[in-house]
Amino acid sequence: MTSGLGRALILVALLAASAGSVVAFATGRRYSIEGARWSRWLAYAFGIAITLANVLMVYALVTHDFSVSYVAQVGSLASPTWVSVVSLWSSLEGSILFWGLILGAYIMVATRMTQQRHPELLPDALGVWLASAAFFAFLLAGPAQPFLTIPNPPSDGPGPNPLLQNHVLMMIHPPFLYLGYVGMTIPFGLACAALMRGRLGQDFVGALRTWLLLPWIFLTCAIVLGGWWAYEVLGWGGYWAWDPVENASFLPWLTATAALHSAILTERKGILKGWTTTLILATFLLTILGTFMTRSGVFNSVHSFTQSAIGPTILVFLAAALVFSVVLLAFRVDTLSADGTLGDPVGREGVFLLNNLLFVLFTFTVLVGTVFPLLVEAWSGRQMSVGRPYFDAMAVPIGAALLFLMGVGPALPWGAANGEQLKRALLPPLAGAAVLAAIGYALGVRSPWTLVTLAFGGYAAQVTLGEMWLPLRQRMRGKGEAFGQAFVEGQLRRGRRRFAAYVVHAGAAVVIIAIAVSSTMGISREAQMRVGDTTRVGDYTLTFVRADDVMEPHRRSMVATVGVSRDGKDLGTLRPAMNQYAREREPIGTPAVRTSLKEDLYLSVMNIDPEGGTLGLLAMVNPMVGCLWLATGVMALGGLMALVPSRRRADVIVPAAPPAVRSGRSDLAAEPTR
Amino acid sequence: MPAKSRRWFAFAAIAVAVGALVAITAGGIGQNLVYYWGPTEVHAAGDKAIGATIRLGGLVKKGTLVRHPDGSTLEFDVIDRPGAAVRVVTHSVPPQMFREGIGVVVEGTMTDAGHFESRRLMVSHSNEYRAPDDPTRADAKDLMKTTQGLKDGEAKK
Repeated sequence: MTSGLGRALILVALLAASAGSVVAFATGRRYSIEGARWSRWLAYAFGIAITLANVLMVYALVTHDFSVSYVAQVGSLASPTWVSVVSLWSSLEGSILFWGLILGAYIMVATRMTQQRHPELLPDALGVWLASAAFFAFLLAGPAQPFLTIPNPPSDGPGPNPLLQNHVLMMIHPPFLYLGYVGMTIPFGLACAALMRGRLGQDFVGALRTWLLLPWIFLTCAIVLGGWWAYEVLGWGGYWAWDPVENASFLPWLTATAALHSAILTERKGILKGWTTTLILATFLLTILGTFMTRSGVFNSVHSFTQSAIGPTILVFLAAALVFSVVLLAFRVDTLSADGTLGDPVGREGVFLLNNLLFVLFTFTVLVGTVFPLLVEAWSGRQMSVGRPYFDAMAVPIGAALLFLMGVGPALPWGAANGEQLKRALLPPLAGAAVLAAIGYALGVRSPWTLVTLAFGGYAAQVTLGEMWLPLRQRMRGKGEAFGQAFVEGQLRRGRRRFAAYVVHAGAAVVIIAIAVSSTMGISREAQMRVGDTTRVGDYTLTFVRADDVMEPHRRSMVATVGVSRDGKDLGTLRPAMNQYAREREPIGTPAVRTSLKEDLYLSVMNIDPEGGTLGLLAMVNPMVGCLWLATGVMALGGLMALVPSRRRADVIVPAAPPAVRSGRSDLAAEPTR
Repeated sequence: MPAKSRRWFAFAAIAVAVGALVAITAGGIGQNLVYYWGPTEVHAAGDKAIGATIRLGGLVKKGTLVRHPDGSTLEFDVIDRPGAAVRVVTHSVPPQMFREGIGVVVEGTMTDAGHFESRRLMVSHSNEYRAPDDPTRADAKDLMKTTQGLKDGEAKK
């Protein structure tokens, strides 16, 4: 019964999306009010049907309805309810269903907002969004059906992959990743619409930026949450390994970040329109490439599910989207003529260009390193991978250069600057650079690249903080406002986007520094111990106190109790464990981490025998890893601040828009300017 | 600069940049390849295997495991289906499931002395639900696909 209803809902979603896409494209060619209305209704119909299908699946999972094939595949009576709910995205079919849910929600909100602000662009954008929706609905109706009926339902199921139920971060990381990945469909559709209409006005770039920024925030969090999860669960003590699936999430982030920057030039000066759209198109294509790499079984990891027929289907979709994008760009990019000129490249504009160049370079090197082994295997059948040193050799200088630009860019004025101005802008932050590098050196940093990163980071930090402080000081001096008032008026209300950008920059600078320090300054030690043995890692003395066997309903936990002390001071105990799940052959470790902003003490069980009282322990001291998680939160916060539309922007932008687009907003345009 | 020569300058700059990029990338990849080989392929590679980064996959041959008294050095033979064997010496603490007869992947390189020096040892790990692998049909390629958490280059830290 449930399965039948689920299949019906997916069929409705598929029909609504495909019909809606056709109607929307037709409306884009020859506008009619009916067509526009129908395409919107069909978009809502898709969103509602796919949402109901997800609700139904969650209900089936929570009630352990094993007559539904997906529940029989991932459900288990022994699972706690939260595990049952997150099982929705723990395996292939459910994850595609969940993708549909997110896409449906995005399409509904974006349809509503675009209808209000840019109705003339909605039909074409909706056509693209619904075409993508139709593809995922097709996957659910064909190669990846979650709602198959099982005639003789089993009495119990295996439960989801234990690695996915071993940590609560698994509840958070996938939804964020989907919100980031799927969300890139919206700017893609908008950019396609702009190309098809041949118009990318200042106001519309603003909308495009907003729709790019929202998934960018989610993707930023998702990438770091994924690293955090790997760090807390996989037990090898790191958070990033240039694994293909990690790269898959990183690639669209790089192009999206580049697009967010080039969009600023497009919005400000009316230039680089074609370039910004190209980056947005590339971002979407890279999300589909990432989906292909993680869903097709070409790479094996915790992200890849059963080998299935879905891989080739996604590849066909990728190829279609690529051809569509390239053809669209080739024929229409000329129509997006620039409204202005770059002006003097020695100034902030030039730094924006360099920034874009570096991001594209970064994307290219990561993409090549990721795809190369696939091509070799497809070509000759030989298996190999590109080792981490390749990625590090590329990423370290590019990352440092980006950090450098993060300092230089905001320090420079817009437009041409003379020598005196340059000197005044660029020299003082050298103090910050020197201070941070000196602190690092005093604390024992000797790796040249880490010192360079610290210097660039200090430079960027001084510039960023200075730029945040300057408007405050001006208000406090000029208008005699108190600090609090100046902050609220000047930074949160008026200059919010600018202020928010610096918050993101501050977070990003700390992230880059934390990555440099944690990857070069860590200490690691492996020890095979008996009860009572001690070992040392860094300043810490570790004592193996005892090993316990703990039986839980769904797993057996072998827990080591390790006493920790530093300089003779007792710091309590850490309890890393090895968990044996029912129905799983191999046990899975759960590391124990003592986190502080300065450093983490990381203990992971490699092998343990409670009866014999032996323990193979991996102990690590990882500096600044806590800062990495925190600074990402700061980046996300800055992104959210930039997302809130500022009043000033509405005043400036609406009158600047050509009359044709005002239809939906005439009320605002008529409003007197303050 | 006049517009025309500026355009040529831009073209030249882009061409140089792209050329340099391709050269650097190709060189970087070439130096950092990790080969996924079984014992047969290691033997076939001969001297090429010495110094190259290799992920060697196969089964730990029964009766060949020697634990050195220092507690952290292990020696064992890794075999594949055709019966080729490679002697492995490793200094890493073995994972929980490690024992004779199990599928392993070791990362390291061949030495002049004729054994495989490993910096990292992984037990093959499946994330699909299925019966334990039939040890008679161990295939190095399958083993590689089923190692989890064996991160590229991790061992070189």
